[in-house]
Amino acid sequence: MDIRTIIAGVFLGIGGFFIIVTAIGIVRFPDFYSRLHPAGKADTIGQALVLIALMIYEGFSLISVKLMIIVIFIFIASPTATHAVAQAAYLKGVVPWKKKKKDKK
Amino acid sequence: MSFLITSIAMFSFWILLSGEFTFILITSGIVSSLIVAYLSHDIFIGKPDLKTETGRIFKFIRYLPWLLWEIVLANFEIAYLVLSPKLKVDPQIVRFKPDIKTDLGIVTLAHSITLTPGTVTVEANKEEFVIHAIWQKSAEGIINGKMQRKVKWIEEGTNELEGEKNV
Repeated sequence: MDIRTIIAGVFLGIGGFFIIVTAIGIVRFPDFYSRLHPAGKADTIGQALVLIALMIYEGFSLISVKLMIIVIFIFIASPTATHAVAQAAYLKGVVPWKKKKKDKK
Repeated sequence: MSFLITSIAMFSFWILLSGEFTFILITSGIVSSLIVAYLSHDIFIGKPDLKTETGRIFKFIRYLPWLLWEIVLANFEIAYLVLSPKLKVDPQIVRFKPDIKTDLGIVTLAHSITLTPGTVTVEANKEEFVIHAIWQKSAEGIINGKMQRKVKWIEEGTNELEGEKNV
């Protein structure tokens, strides 16, 4: 087996781990805002790692450059979408969940 | 000038995406990049102040590895929070007034905050930032304002040495 295939496999594994963590987090966290945290971000790095694994597997070619562009685009688009959703909820007046009764602003 | 730069950038992007050099593809690439450049060159480049912008780009390139490292670290933090058997989540709302003037600086700061897990930018404008932090530790990371100093350092552009020592 090629060494490059092994490295790509390791990256795919870590990326898949982060995406699973994202899914568990969305189910476990208590309210809307905190669910955005795993949804918007562990997701970003999961996808980035999967695409980097594909880039390593492919080697340096036009396809890996395109994959790089996709990674960059995800890194710009994902926080924008998260922010848009969070801001919409905030303007609509969704109250954040609090653990204890302490008002910290 | 900005028209020329935009059309060259668009055309190289076209080549990158197509990767073929047949006559019909090159021709349609030239035509469409000229049309796009005509429509949007003033948005893409804006009013160029070359010295400041170049300084900003170089500083941004040096800012990127730090940001990526922060993203990796903080992702492990989120993974720990998600997988820990007790629910350690303790959400907080943090508000602060940004010390940044340009629109691009605001966008960079808001995106950096959202990308480093543990914090989501809820509201971002020149008067006020509203951040939702998942637990106490990430809220402290925002309050100490390290990221904001770095973004401000990028925004300053040219005066290299002075800003860097404060970061």
